Amino acid sequence: MSLTRRQLLWLASIGATGMSLVDAVTPNSDAADARPSAGPDGLTSDPLTMTIEAFADTLIPGHKRYAADYAVAGVSHQAGAVQAGALPFMRFGPVGVAPALPAFVAALDAAAVAYIASHQTSVDPTLPPFVGLSYHHRKAMLDHLLNGKKESGDEQLFWFAFAGLVFLAYHTAGYLPTAKAVRDGHPGLKAIGFPKPDRDGLWRFPDFSYRRKLARRHPHTTPGGNPR
Amino acid sequence: MSVIETTDVLVIGSGPGGAIPAYRLAAAGAKVVVLERGPWLETQDFEHSLQIGTYTRIVDYITANGVSIVAGNCVGGSSVVYFAAALRAPSFVFRRRDASGRRIWPKSFTRELLDRWYDVVEHTLPVAEQTWDDVPYAGGVWAAACHHAGHTCNPVPLAVNLRECTNCNWMLNGCRFGAKRSMLLNYLPAAQAHGAAIRPLHEVQLISPAVTPGYSYAVSYTNVDATDYRLTTGAGVIEAKVVIVAAGAVATPAILQRSAVTLGGLPRAVGRYFSPNGDRVSMAVLDERKLHEVLKLERKPGVAYEAFPIGKPIGSMTYDYLDPKRRAGDRYGLQQIYFPTITNILSEARPGGDWFGPGKERLTDRWRSWLTLLAMVEDGNEGVFGTPPPTGAFIRVDSAAALSLLTYHPTARTRKAWARSDRAIKSIIEKDRIGTHLDWSATPNALTAHPLSSCRIGDDPAISACEPTHQLRGHPGLYVTDGSSVPTSLCVNPSLTIAALAEQASRHIVRYAHQVGINVHTDQTPPPGSGSLHHPK
Repeated sequence: MSLTRRQLLWLASIGATGMSLVDAVTPNSDAADARPSAGPDGLTSDPLTMTIEAFADTLIPGHKRYAADYAVAGVSHQAGAVQAGALPFMRFGPVGVAPALPAFVAALDAAAVAYIASHQTSVDPTLPPFVGLSYHHRKAMLDHLLNGKKESGDEQLFWFAFAGLVFLAYHTAGYLPTAKAVRDGHPGLKAIGFPKPDRDGLWRFPDFSYRRKLARRHPHTTPGGNPR
Repeated sequence: MSVIETTDVLVIGSGPGGAIPAYRLAAAGAKVVVLERGPWLETQDFEHSLQIGTYTRIVDYITANGVSIVAGNCVGGSSVVYFAAALRAPSFVFRRRDASGRRIWPKSFTRELLDRWYDVVEHTLPVAEQTWDDVPYAGGVWAAACHHAGHTCNPVPLAVNLRECTNCNWMLNGCRFGAKRSMLLNYLPAAQAHGAAIRPLHEVQLISPAVTPGYSYAVSYTNVDATDYRLTTGAGVIEAKVVIVAAGAVATPAILQRSAVTLGGLPRAVGRYFSPNGDRVSMAVLDERKLHEVLKLERKPGVAYEAFPIGKPIGSMTYDYLDPKRRAGDRYGLQQIYFPTITNILSEARPGGDWFGPGKERLTDRWRSWLTLLAMVEDGNEGVFGTPPPTGAFIRVDSAAALSLLTYHPTARTRKAWARSDRAIKSIIEKDRIGTHLDWSATPNALTAHPLSSCRIGDDPAISACEPTHQLRGHPGLYVTDGSSVPTSLCVNPSLTIAALAEQASRHIVRYAHQVGINVHTDQTPPPGSGSLHHPK
């Protein structure tokens, strides 16, 4: 069936779509052999984490968190999807996609290996294949997977589902109660300027209107305000 | 004595299409049972949160081939999650003809005829006419832009208690303040007060002939697990003398199609002619400086707008393109509407693409200066439902995500109508560069919260599943009263028309009930007052 990201938005929001597709994906051992990257305070990122973060960072880029942050390409000066919790969102129980993450990473790495071969580009062999790509190549590869006209059907559904999760992590903080997320300065909600709630965690806008006539009504409007 | 439960009238679905006949039949004296697939939430249960597991309890997102549909899934149906625009369809809609020149609506149906029923619904909900003081900033910007481009623009009437409304902009989550006039506040409590039983988490699967003498139909249902809607916790059958199918324009055809064999055949039009109301979403990103200099807008010192998330989601609409003198296919409503951030993936940083990466991030940073717009055009009813799944209306992937076997491939005529509406919006938004008009997605696919017409009324049996009385052709006592019975896209939001048609159909159903010996009076019952439901906890 013909698929678009509009059609897939909600499927992506739940993420379970990937569950039915993971069996078709062959795991790639390259990622498992790659070295972990060292973060501050001895923090390490495993290849699976790095690959998911690199995917998220390609869609909504952020700044590097530390010097050896290989997952985040660092093409933005602000916090991106990684800082906004793309990974915890994908691991949030009600989203239901956590069991599919290893297969997703394997599929992404397999696609990256194919991309590297076809574009004759060189990458650091000690990094997972997708993480090893520059931002330019990461974006070009995802452009092909997500927008390519030759890509269609279940495979495109698979990629869109995970892209949707990244956007929901950034734009909705969907693994957190929204009031708490806003108060705690969730990077995505902060960047878009999501308004703050009242003290009881509910939103109210006493000032919501210009409170003046801004256009003429249609001359044939009925007394109740309807078209004729 | 039969061991099968029986009732006079069984209503499938509790949205406007089900709640209204449930009230009318119960008030007339019939024993009424309402079966609702979704859960029963009350005002205090509605959360201001985008966390997965909150709003996803009551909203379904249904992905089909060529169209995606947002629909309610709870007691009160889509009236709980809708944005409450309460508009009468323009008069030309009722005279629309299909591509073959055939009249689509029943000939006797006119705006003048429907006005009587619109009056009843507006009085009952009730509907409020917004003044300019009630129109939120986003609606104000759209109005000012229309005016600047030489167009008129109207505040949109809403089924909202404007005194109680806090302008929180969480309508998709259900109204926490009890200000949105959903079925939970009027028809359903009134039906309950007259003895109607409302049963949540009951998903109807099949309609068959009844075995108990005196009853017409046996309705089989499964009980839905309260936390995981994919699971079944039980099953049952209720027999009824009258069955009203109002499960929504996606579920109603599925229930009927699955029942084709047991009912001894169905009209050809069941599951055909689906319409997403001609919905077409696009957006603008606005230039704050130009809004101040050109449109003279200022909401606080130094700030012209930056108010996309503030206020009621629907504020204003231009009726200029609803002129009946315009060419058929070139008539549409253009409405300002807010979409929650769950849809932010759809916006495109430049025409034709760029929905992720640095360009999109820069667009996202200007989110408070966005304006989303809905065009509602005359489409061609191109949707066709495939074979229904073994149970339910679709394949439920998770509690809020579903795949439907509906196919919607818009014709060139519909795509041209969208292109015209796009050009109209662009001409308004980009006059003197107050903003940039952008795609909400570059594809021709539809996104709609207004599914219609999959089991429509009409005079011509070749293109309509139901008679003008809303009775399914060839099946006495079986009625369809939800959005699926509306024959065409409406060029306005459809909820008020669905409700008005359900009011009108209820008169026919009460008369039928009387004819088949149900102890009902046929006098018009008074409109219900406002009230609150008694939740059987």
